[in-house]
Amino acid sequence: MKSKKPGKNPKKKMTRREFLRVGARAGLALGAAGVAGGAFLRGRQTADLRWQLDPDKCIQCGRCATHCVLTPSAVKAVHAYDVCGYCELCSGYFKPNALLLDTAAENRLCPVSAIKRTFVEDPYYQYTIDTDLCIGCGKCVKGCQSFGNGSLFLQAMHDRCVNCNECAIARACPARAWTRLPASAPYMLKGKSRGSGDAKK
Amino acid sequence: MKRRYAVTLLVLALAAGGVAHAQDRFPRPEFKSDYATPTLQVPNAPDSVYEFIDLGVLAAAVIAMSAIALKLRSRNAIFVLSIASLVYFGFIRRGCICPIGAIQNVTLALADPTYAVPLSVVGFFLVPLAATLFFGRTFCAGVCPLGAIQDLVVLKPIKIPKPAAAVLGVVPFLYLGLAVLFTAAGIGFVICRFDPFVEIFRFGSRLEILAYAGVLLGIGVFVARPYCRFLCPYGALLSVLSRFSRRHVTISPTECVECRLCEDACPVDAILPPAGGAAGGTGEPRRASVRRLTVSVLLIPLLMAAGAAGGKLLEGFFVRLSPDVALQTALAAEKAAGTADAAEETRLFRESGETEAALAARVDRTKAVLSIGSALFGAFVGLVIALKLLGLAVPPANTSYVPDRAACVSCGRCFRACPQEHVRLRGRINSPTSLE
Ligand code: SF4
Ligand code: SF4
Ligand code: SF4
Ligand code: SF4
Repeated sequence: MKSKKPGKNPKKKMTRREFLRVGARAGLALGAAGVAGGAFLRGRQTADLRWQLDPDKCIQCGRCATHCVLTPSAVKAVHAYDVCGYCELCSGYFKPNALLLDTAAENRLCPVSAIKRTFVEDPYYQYTIDTDLCIGCGKCVKGCQSFGNGSLFLQAMHDRCVNCNECAIARACPARAWTRLPASAPYMLKGKSRGSGDAKK
Repeated sequence: MKRRYAVTLLVLALAAGGVAHAQDRFPRPEFKSDYATPTLQVPNAPDSVYEFIDLGVLAAAVIAMSAIALKLRSRNAIFVLSIASLVYFGFIRRGCICPIGAIQNVTLALADPTYAVPLSVVGFFLVPLAATLFFGRTFCAGVCPLGAIQDLVVLKPIKIPKPAAAVLGVVPFLYLGLAVLFTAAGIGFVICRFDPFVEIFRFGSRLEILAYAGVLLGIGVFVARPYCRFLCPYGALLSVLSRFSRRHVTISPTECVECRLCEDACPVDAILPPAGGAAGGTGEPRRASVRRLTVSVLLIPLLMAAGAAGGKLLEGFFVRLSPDVALQTALAAEKAAGTADAAEETRLFRESGETEAALAARVDRTKAVLSIGSALFGAFVGLVIALKLLGLAVPPANTSYVPDRAACVSCGRCFRACPQEHVRLRGRINSPTSLE
């Protein structure tokens, strides 16, 4: 390597430059290590972090559907069945002014018909979200939250979310509902599922 | 009809009792059939292990790139590795997290005690920096997906006039300073927001960013790597480290014959011509150059002070960029005018139930950071300009054509053009056992 250095300078000059260079290199190495080490030691976070929204803070503003870098959004409605009342007149399923309570599309809140309504037994119905159809608009969540049990809620789905360095929804969320959670427990769920895959203890 | 009446009643009743906790409006049904309540299933996040695999891939790629550029000296191999890196870090890992953006995570961890930066992100920040101290900017050669995609479109690179390049070369440092300032002040991650190529990597649809990427790639046909040279804040850091790197790519494997073929091959104008006389000076008397050096050194504190004053003047502008400040201003304006909820932001703020005190606390923090930070930012810019001037005043020492360590991105085009390299390659074919 040394012998290949093109046209060496007289020794004295080279030594001074070389000395400065080595000193600067050591200083910069220490500086970079100090900044990175200091940043790391402040939090001591070895796990990776994932974005998630807190359903208790969310006000269903609709931005989860529109601001995600993915189309459709990585945020989807999910259903905590053990909180649901299985209402025949689900306020997350039907528009409040629905003329006829049949399942015609114009009577449904969901703009993409992503909620399936299945009869369980009189007078109970199960409501199931088709995650592939859901666009995360939160209309059903708002309906359920306002007049029902609040069993429907929004969550970022981590098989879809690309875990942006700064989540584009978090930046726009008016309720400041978004936080970073450890990747091992990246959800904030409702009902009995809270605690499983859930960061809230 | 009867049912509809019932719904209306129900809605009215619930609206009146809307304060009741949402979770107990309706009792849990007791099913007579043997219906089993399904449990809520959510997909797992990809295992954390992948982040560390990414980190391993990054380290391996940087080391491989360094070996290729410094030892193997094969432009073709650099090209192949850069394509592989573009595919993996760009299209497969979809551009997040990257070392450039990690600047902000590290800053946020230092500025905001509630944020803990993951170890892998610190690794992403540190690995290319460390590699650059050893081998120069081999990360830029093509491990970085942003560098790789720009390198692909370099077809007809033109030379940029030196003064223009020098002035534009300050922009990455401005960008770096602003990114750190805005992260610390809670204004946001500007590097990520204005990452030109992430929309391409994700096949995204934000038109303004795609247009920005299109413009950069269009310019990049003639002005090689415009983002790397005139915008990239991480490149700014790397250029400083690269100046003092332990090793670096060399143009000629042996003696430079001063044919100047490499000068035309370099797309980023990073080749320094020999500095004249054998002593390495420019031929001007030593006294004059010492005087120039002294003036430049004295200029450092002066420019920093001027920069700090200038930065302080920008403080008001920075404050207004904060979304929290904008919201607080809008709320105050509405209060003064007596109109509530006129704008979407203020309406949603009220709906969210957040207190104005909490908002005010965040605004105060932002203002406190910016009050010191804008002056520091200005001083930093002054320092950068002063050091650039100092760099011009230090007499160059090279006696042959050498890469400018700060600007060279180790792309390998120059040594492919070097006739001495062709001699070396022929020699290797004749005696395949020799490694050198
Ligand atoms: S942006 Fe925030 S408030 Fe709006 S729907 Fe999403 S989480 Fe809820
Ligand atoms: S209403 Fe919106 S959030 Fe609810 S299921 Fe339909 S698309 Fe998803
Ligand atoms: S982190 Fe990115 S992909 Fe995930 S929800 Fe937020 S914007 Fe969408
Ligand atoms: S390796 Fe050579 S051609 Fe490529 S940037 Fe460096 S000096 Fe220029």
